Amino acid sequence: MSVPFDQEIDCSGLACPMPIIRTKKAVDGLQVGQVLKMTATDPGSVSDMNAWTARTGHELLAQEQEGGKYVFFIRKYR
Amino acid sequence: MTEERKKRVAIIASHGTLDMAYPPLLIATGAVAMDMEASIYFTFYGLQILKKGGADKLQVAPLANPAMPMPVPNIVGMLPGMTAVATGIMKNMFKSANAASLGELLELARELGVHLVACQMTMDALGIKREELIDGLEYGGVATLLEFCSQDAITFAF
Repeated sequence: MSVPFDQEIDCSGLACPMPIIRTKKAVDGLQVGQVLKMTATDPGSVSDMNAWTARTGHELLAQEQEGGKYVFFIRKYR
Repeated sequence: MTEERKKRVAIIASHGTLDMAYPPLLIATGAVAMDMEASIYFTFYGLQILKKGGADKLQVAPLANPAMPMPVPNIVGMLPGMTAVATGIMKNMFKSANAASLGELLELARELGVHLVACQMTMDALGIKREELIDGLEYGGVATLLEFCSQDAITFAF
């Protein structure tokens, strides 16, 4: 899937809660409307990123799984 | 857009073992990532987590612990050195899972602005001095905890 993004972080190999903490720090640094691509290998990140975006109000544009990688595209909402 | 008050998470940490120190730190750091305000109130044995260099020295006891990943009969678990052995095995399991160490999580909590509150009364009762504990702590009592909780905090106790 080709979703345009403005910044990319790799949380591969990181365990809970580091992917959401790294994601929060990265999104904090974006302008509203910009998109972050986050890659993780923690299977729990699928549920966690959905919960994180639901709670924080940022938009989970797309998510995909390729091999052992979970990729998320998040648009900063506010 | 008006800024709504952040949701709050209040956690009581009253145990000083490796397994009981992880959840408060994981939940508190996760809460900040979720745009919540988090506070951990350290009391009794939980104060051990705050001792300088103490977080990474916490242990897990195999004695009277039937849920260890590698079951240890009590007659073996009581032998000298078994707590250190069990602790070493468990730390390696967490390391293999790429989990942060307790010391790393504590430092992260401090960096993220988690309120780390040491219970003054139990410090006095247990003879723990402020200089024995890490920097960046708040010191208080039950009113400090309850005032934080009173503003619709979600509470956890460990």
